[in-house]
Amino acid sequence: MFWAKEQECIQRDDLKNLQLLRLKETITRVYNHVPFYKKRLDSVGLSPEKISSLEDLKEIPFTTKDDIREHYPYGLFAEPMKKIVRIHASSGTTGKPTVVGYTKNDLNTWSELVARVIVAAGGNENDIAQVAFGYGLFTGAFGLHYGLEKIGATVVPTSSGNTEKQIMLMKDFETTLLVSTPSYALYMAEVAQEMGIKKCDLKLRLGLFGAEGSTEEMRNELEQRWGIIATENYGMSELIGPGVSGECMVKNGMHIAEDHFIPEIIDPETGKVLDWGEKGELVITTITKEGFPLLRYRTKDITWLNNDPCNCGRTLARMAKVQGRSDDMLIIKGVNVFPSQIESVLIGTEHIGPHYQMIVRKKGYVDTLEVLVELTDGRMLEKFSELENLERTIKHKLYTVLGLDAKVKLVEPKTIQRSTGKARRVIDLRN
Amino acid sequence: MLVKQISVFLENKSGRLAEVTGILGDNNIDISALSIADTTDFGILRLIVNKPEDAERVLKDNGFTVSCTNVIAIAVVDKPGGLSAALKALDKAAIGIEYMYAFVGKTTNEALVILRVEEPDKAITELNKNDIRVLTAETVYGL
Repeated sequence: MFWAKEQECIQRDDLKNLQLLRLKETITRVYNHVPFYKKRLDSVGLSPEKISSLEDLKEIPFTTKDDIREHYPYGLFAEPMKKIVRIHASSGTTGKPTVVGYTKNDLNTWSELVARVIVAAGGNENDIAQVAFGYGLFTGAFGLHYGLEKIGATVVPTSSGNTEKQIMLMKDFETTLLVSTPSYALYMAEVAQEMGIKKCDLKLRLGLFGAEGSTEEMRNELEQRWGIIATENYGMSELIGPGVSGECMVKNGMHIAEDHFIPEIIDPETGKVLDWGEKGELVITTITKEGFPLLRYRTKDITWLNNDPCNCGRTLARMAKVQGRSDDMLIIKGVNVFPSQIESVLIGTEHIGPHYQMIVRKKGYVDTLEVLVELTDGRMLEKFSELENLERTIKHKLYTVLGLDAKVKLVEPKTIQRSTGKARRVIDLRN
Repeated sequence: MLVKQISVFLENKSGRLAEVTGILGDNNIDISALSIADTTDFGILRLIVNKPEDAERVLKDNGFTVSCTNVIAIAVVDKPGGLSAALKALDKAAIGIEYMYAFVGKTTNEALVILRVEEPDKAITELNKNDIRVLTAETVYGL
């Protein structure tokens, strides 16, 4: 199923022409309205009229989250405030949040793009959709909300938290579609089980998960626990919110709305543009946004791109599941470690729960990694040796994936903090 | 003759044991015997209580990882060599002991011991043959 078949199945040549046209418009817009971009473009001798091919994009300097912060709050807006009808901001766990503004047209574009993502994942007007993302400055909830309304689904804006009530409503309202972070969906499954609610008591059939990365193992776990199809979608507030890309039913990569965003993959160290299929940092240029356009924004997300034809019929390129964020990456004893690698080992391991936490410490000059996992299987308690074996097995699996010795610590169930939004997996105590 | 024993997974941090015994107390469950085996990070608490099913349920409800298994309780004469007679009987029958612990009952001059073995029924037969007194579940729960 398609929401915008013409755009989603556009010929690649036509797409390139459209991208070039829109890129020129965007560059003209920011050159004339945002002093920051004018200065940046001038510094490399570029001006709107000098852009003649998509290749010229490579000449444009990158924009980073720090650039946005330095122009807090409205310094990078390309429209006067009277044209801005909405503000959103990143969660801003460190320092000032990054603030973005939408014009009326931007809100409309946003709804359209999220509608595409929902329909591609299998959502339709018959769905009763529970949005368990926190409503507020965070874009996740509003984005999905608009997209779901756009396609005619019934939206239940429960927001995040109050998990037992969420589950009661899910049952009573006969929710068919769940929107949340993967980690919250997992926690909800746990709570549902404790409440004695089984898969067959619910009408849930589809999950649209996003706002944090997750692994294929996590998907399997969610599909099995809820008895649903679990799909992933991607976005970030700086770019527009959710709607940048999303999985189709083939579930092999997320189709990027390339008629609105030009993706590139770069080497995060050198900034060199990499080829299709090579793994690196995703860089996005928005080409239709009015209020808050971004040129070559460094997302920090590590992925790769694929423009092979997809079985679903879409011609839009796909990005792989985000492998980690370049700023999530931990360097432990000189080894690069992404929390997602640890997740892929732990989820699906018998006798333990799916929640985990990594604690990094420094002992003298040496980094140590401790991984906490919850022991959930009482049958392991008969022999001490079984528990020790379990620790050893996990340790060995981690070593195979990371090439690093980790200490595995079994902890009691429910002692690792649950999150109703983005999970906090890493505690780095080195600094 | 088999006695139900509750095992609870505990992290080695302060207050965990108090938490477990508190929950049992609140639910009017009486502890007859207990033992803890631990490493630096975690321990396994083993309990004999008067209402094992209730104990398993309330501890699970409170989020603990719990299991319930069958063990044997024996009473041996409280004098040198008393325990040895029982253990020799099991050894002769090639019955391995996973773990055991002694506990204090309110009775007699006998020493009370909990044994966890691979083949409890066979072990009971052997112990009976050797005149070792095996306590009934009711007796143990009532201690």
